[in-house]
Amino acid sequence: MLDKFQPLSVLIQNHVNDGDQIALEGFTHLIPFEAGHEIIRQGKKDLTLIRMTPDLIYDQLIGMGLVKKVIFSWGGNPGVGSLHRLREAVEKGIPTPLEIEEHSHAAMACAYQAGASGLPFAVLRGYTGTDLAKENTEYIKWVTCPFTGEQFAAIRSIKPDVGIIHAQQADKKGNVKIWGITGVQKEVVYASKKVLVTVEEVVDELDTQNQGVVIPHWLVTGIALAPKGAHPSYAMGYYKRDNSFYKQWDEISRSQASFEEWMNAHVLSKSLKRVL
Amino acid sequence: MEYSKEEMMIITASRLLHNGEVCFVGIGLPSTACNLARLTHAPDIVLIYESGTIDTKPHILPLSIGDDILAETASTVVSVPEIFNYWLQGGKVDVGFLGGAQIDKFGNINSTVIGSYKKPKVRLPGAGGAPEIASNAKRTFVIMKHNSRAFVDKVDFITSAGYLSGGDEREKLGIPGEGPQFIITDMGILRPNPETKEFELTSIHPGVSIQEVKDNTGWNLKISENLMVTEEPSFEYLEILRDLQKRTSIAHSQSQK
Repeated sequence: MLDKFQPLSVLIQNHVNDGDQIALEGFTHLIPFEAGHEIIRQGKKDLTLIRMTPDLIYDQLIGMGLVKKVIFSWGGNPGVGSLHRLREAVEKGIPTPLEIEEHSHAAMACAYQAGASGLPFAVLRGYTGTDLAKENTEYIKWVTCPFTGEQFAAIRSIKPDVGIIHAQQADKKGNVKIWGITGVQKEVVYASKKVLVTVEEVVDELDTQNQGVVIPHWLVTGIALAPKGAHPSYAMGYYKRDNSFYKQWDEISRSQASFEEWMNAHVLSKSLKRVL
Repeated sequence: MEYSKEEMMIITASRLLHNGEVCFVGIGLPSTACNLARLTHAPDIVLIYESGTIDTKPHILPLSIGDDILAETASTVVSVPEIFNYWLQGGKVDVGFLGGAQIDKFGNINSTVIGSYKKPKVRLPGAGGAPEIASNAKRTFVIMKHNSRAFVDKVDFITSAGYLSGGDEREKLGIPGEGPQFIITDMGILRPNPETKEFELTSIHPGVSIQEVKDNTGWNLKISENLMVTEEPSFEYLEILRDLQKRTSIAHSQSQK
């Protein structure tokens, strides 16, 4: 096995630093929960977390007090309600105050594309008349089309220090394959300075005949094997989304105390020793 | 057959969708109404969710916009930039179907904060795909439960533009879509006045009084001269809706450890 493959704990230790801008992406599907848990266990702090839909994994990182800022476009528990740890951090500064940089989905997708394309900003036909644009003039600005004279919203590009994704498969060389809902995974990989990947399975050879996204090995900084590494999110072809857990999270996360109790029992106490 | 106010609302909303339309679907009530339409009078409606699933035909309702059931039953799955840029911004969506926490008399929707933005009383999940659905879909429909906390004179925060401050302001700003056409509630249907764009009650559900609707609306609600009474839900629609919700609730309570 080439040295691109490392235990997850080693990858996080070597490549995630306090104060980094980190994007753990995956649009509902393939959310890198296990990588997020390893960041929590290693206590990396002062993080700026980037993600379109923060989801439970960012609720956990925020609730542990490791996050100073979150860049996002929809911060709820889909179909269930609020992300209580995120909400309490914003409303009351519990456990620590949280700065937010807020976008719409379209704007954030475009910001990743601009980052991936080596551009400083992206343009979109949206935001007109909205208060998000009025409140956030620091990173939502207006530009005039040089051809038609129309006004468009301009969004600062996103270029994370570390992009982290979970995927179904890698081959032994470190090429990665994703299928199903591919969200902004490709964009975050292309936009990030360093790329860490966890995978369900390492295979001799990727099947590149069927549809899917293949990320070539030379764009990947490091890979760790992490079966079920997206649970309670899901990995198409491997396991389903645990909607029942997403519903249970509402109760678990409602108070800082019940949240910490759960984290102690299910995340912090587990030592992670995954070796290929 | 007895039915609940929520069933009335969902069935009324589903009836407004036409077969063959391309519909960008929000999670929750919009998703329920759109799938009910697909399972009844509109089998060829094209449902798109913001996770990139196109022409999906789930047999249970998704809990989130990216549930596996949506991907497994879609004609194709595209990336998130593609769904927003090529489909929505590219003008390939007929109807955007939204919900929200607050809506005002000009159909502006708030799903961001109650109170001030910098010091919110209640921090809500935020924009997601809604602002661009509201501006880029050819038409939008809104479905929300009717009460005076949600139906306000002026929203605390405009997450998604309706007709802004009314009249032709939306058009003047060059927003491509026509804007909200219907607000479907558990009490009736509201439609924009063609001139002022203020939402008025155009249809009232059976058993609801005009006073009751007014009491639950935070502005001085005008009643259309041609006020209709909404058609009652049929036995068939109620059965199909209840089956769908039952299957869904069983599926969502199963742990996938």
